[in-house]
Amino acid sequence: MAQFPLLSLVIWVPIGFGVLTLIAGRLRGIDVRWVALVGALVSFAISIPLYTGFDTTTAAMQFVERVPWIPAFNVDYYLGIDGISLPLILLTTFMTVLVVIAGWKVIDYKLAQYMAAFLIMEGLMNGVFASLDGLLFYVFWEAQLIPMFIIIGIWGGPRRIYATLKFFLYTFLGSVLMLVALIYLYLQTGNYDILAFQHQPLGMTAQILLFLAFLIAFAVKIPMWPVHTWLPDAHVEAPTGGSVILAAIMLKLGAYGFLRFSLPIAPDASHALQWLMIVLSLIAVIYIGFVAIVQRDMKKLIAYSSVAHMGFVTLGMFIVFMIVENTGALAGTAMGMDGAIVQMVSHGLVSGALFLCIGVLYDRMHTRQIADYGGIVNSMPIFAFFMVLFGMANSGLPGTSGFVGEFLVILASFKANFWVALTAAITLILGAAYTLGLLKQILWGPVANARVAAMPDLSAREFLVLGLLALSVLALGVYPQPLIHVMDASVSNLVHQVMQSKL
Amino acid sequence: MNFTAPAFTPAVPEMFIFGMTCFILLVDVFAGPRRRAVAYWLSLATLVGAVWITAVLPHAPRLTFDGMFVNDAMARALKLFTYVITAAIFIYSRGYLEARDQFKGEFYVLGLFGMLGIMVLCSSHSLLTLYIGLELLSLCQYALVALDRDSSVSAEAAMKYFVLGAIASGILLYGMSILYGITGTLDLGQLAVFVAGSGLTHIGLVFALGFIVVALAFKFGAVPFHMWLPDVYEGARTPVTLYVGSIPKIGAFVMFMRLLADGLGGLHPSWEQMLIAISVLSMAVGSVLAIAQTNIKRMLAYSTISHVGFILLGILAGTRTGYIAAMFYTLTYVLMATAAFGMVILLSRRGFEADNIADFKGLNERSPWFAAMMLAAMFGMTGAPPFIGFFAKLYVIRAVLDIHLVWLAVVAVLFAVISAFYYLRVVKYMYFDRADDKSPLAAGWDIKWVLSGNGLAILVLGIFPAPLMALCVRAIGF
Repeated sequence: MAQFPLLSLVIWVPIGFGVLTLIAGRLRGIDVRWVALVGALVSFAISIPLYTGFDTTTAAMQFVERVPWIPAFNVDYYLGIDGISLPLILLTTFMTVLVVIAGWKVIDYKLAQYMAAFLIMEGLMNGVFASLDGLLFYVFWEAQLIPMFIIIGIWGGPRRIYATLKFFLYTFLGSVLMLVALIYLYLQTGNYDILAFQHQPLGMTAQILLFLAFLIAFAVKIPMWPVHTWLPDAHVEAPTGGSVILAAIMLKLGAYGFLRFSLPIAPDASHALQWLMIVLSLIAVIYIGFVAIVQRDMKKLIAYSSVAHMGFVTLGMFIVFMIVENTGALAGTAMGMDGAIVQMVSHGLVSGALFLCIGVLYDRMHTRQIADYGGIVNSMPIFAFFMVLFGMANSGLPGTSGFVGEFLVILASFKANFWVALTAAITLILGAAYTLGLLKQILWGPVANARVAAMPDLSAREFLVLGLLALSVLALGVYPQPLIHVMDASVSNLVHQVMQSKL
Repeated sequence: MNFTAPAFTPAVPEMFIFGMTCFILLVDVFAGPRRRAVAYWLSLATLVGAVWITAVLPHAPRLTFDGMFVNDAMARALKLFTYVITAAIFIYSRGYLEARDQFKGEFYVLGLFGMLGIMVLCSSHSLLTLYIGLELLSLCQYALVALDRDSSVSAEAAMKYFVLGAIASGILLYGMSILYGITGTLDLGQLAVFVAGSGLTHIGLVFALGFIVVALAFKFGAVPFHMWLPDVYEGARTPVTLYVGSIPKIGAFVMFMRLLADGLGGLHPSWEQMLIAISVLSMAVGSVLAIAQTNIKRMLAYSTISHVGFILLGILAGTRTGYIAAMFYTLTYVLMATAAFGMVILLSRRGFEADNIADFKGLNERSPWFAAMMLAAMFGMTGAPPFIGFFAKLYVIRAVLDIHLVWLAVVAVLFAVISAFYYLRVVKYMYFDRADDKSPLAAGWDIKWVLSGNGLAILVLGIFPAPLMALCVRAIGF
């Protein structure tokens, strides 16, 4: 028997269930929420064998599927995962289950379309992580904009139309330049195989141009300063589920792009432009950290904190060159990369959880202004417990997943340059300042008003969602080894690839 | 002098359409006002017959009528596509025309004659046949625009179209006559040989090329010869707009192919520069001006202009890939435009024209299915995957990168982003706004089924584009 097409299933089963949900929405007497939940659970179940069957000793692509798709362009339907994409696929399938549960009672307009949009988006995002063909990657990459555009536009807040158009046009602008870069690479290699792109020798000018084209696409998506301005708008206006997916998965697409395209395809350009990336990352960490402190809207605060955290991810990726320059050895380079990837996964869990917490409050009070809350701990003690936990994880408290990633990146930075590391480490203070500031104002103190006093504590459904996330955050914080072990071989392979000049 | 009868076989589809159209004209006269549907059903039967005849014809390329008429793979593919789209146009239009007492045989007769013009264009292998085909198409279009004779808007649009179109035809004819004067031949094959040998040495050739490019750009609706297009699209009745906005683009494309690529291929470096200018201008004007429109027909007119710019990108590359890309783009554009105008017809009903973008408000509440079809058309035109429009844009951009015009590719994708805005606005009206008017769609099952097929084709071909690409690759032989 040929290998079971697990990756295809993990892409197409959610999409199929999305369509089923839409159909079920037209029929009477079927609760679409159950259809959607079954779809999300089945998809999650399919992604588990990917983890259990994964061979951690090799950096080669696994679960490979390859059939010709468009012969005129030499485009293949070519899937495969390595230790970098596997954790992100698991994160996607896991978060979608939570989002479906979180939307259970909250959405009252076009429920079937809401659930279907998330399921379809799940499949498309898995497709991005699993594609080994550049054009297939691009198709998934662009296609998942459409459901997100609709999610923000239909179920979003009052300024949703402005926010969703900004979101779409920003990302579209970024990605069309990537398309030009992909076609250029195709004309060099004769197909769209990403692995062939990675081995293609390229001149310095070509590399720089390619790097910049990819940079625009991925920087918008991550987002890096100064092209981050769509994110706070999109986050604030999106419904809770949309914010969760946006923060947990979509931002990771950009970071994944750096790992899969920019670094291995244009290593010399990455090396030459590392200063740019490090400066932009540090600006994101420091400046955006300060911006987050002054926010009055809870969602906006978490959105800016996402930008700052993603700055750590890009720092961890691009610090490798400086480590080699400084120490002359590869030792410690993998640490930066590891830190970046752990940070991606951890931020997915933590920011997703924080957006869910804000969603819990918003469902009760219909406001996101920090000033409207205060003393929540008196009426919702269980909620306050979770909120504090996720807040601590967000500010990088040891024992939570947030600590692992930041710590690894800062350690790696110390090997590279003391000042870079010191600047990056300021985030520990800033992160604590804005997160704890938020907690102080909404959780502690006297009860702000009668409506806060009347808020019921978490329902069983909300408890389940936040509880699962809390367990994951703690597990990853206390024992990150399973995750690091999975990506070990791929990361060291990537580091070697990046250090080899392609000129 | 002895006369040998030319081989008629390659032209059988044209003769069949011609005969049937004359027959429909007669039948319609005698059927009287009560049995208008006869012309409709006969037209559809004619199209089915034409598909069959074209498909069973021998496939080897063949010249006939002293080399004036050719039936090659490109002609066959384009003709087949034209039949299908024409049938879709007729089916979409029926309910609309019936509701407005416009359900007359003339619409079908003119539509079929115009289609015959496109077929002659597809098969032309001489300046003369090309001109005949073009005039047949153009005259039918002028008359179609004026079909609603009591409407002053339509009359104005038709007048504008006729006067400007006649000037363009005159310019084309002038260019052709100069060409004939210099080369002494009307045959495109001999023209190509002459031009390849001479290059742009003769000043007359420069003039001829200039005139021809201007006229072709006018017929295609490319900037700066686009002025007629928005007015005609807006002024004509929606079924006529659907007609004018879809299959004549195939005719325009094939004119570029036969005249510039085949006939004047040797002058490629010269017309490449002209087309670069026209293409960039078309993309710019089309993308930017469409943003300001509130009338959906006008908006789609400007969007056409910008798509024409993209099609020209493929043609100006002057490579085989470029021609394939341009053909692929033309076919997908026609498919998407047919769906979009079909949606405008679907939303219209007796006494109500869904001419404004705001009329799409809350369509997702009234009919999620057709909102999704319009979504496919709009995202398809944007060039977002997984819809077919993405591969069309991909193909032309690849063709442009192939000839190392990186800046042109970057300009093209930037205009694609700008144009995304107004397509998204339609989606915004359909999905994000609540409906003022909650009435369900009043339309026949025929338009609903065919329009669904049309919308699904945009998605399905976007996921499996290989067959359509293979068709284009086969069509552009040489």
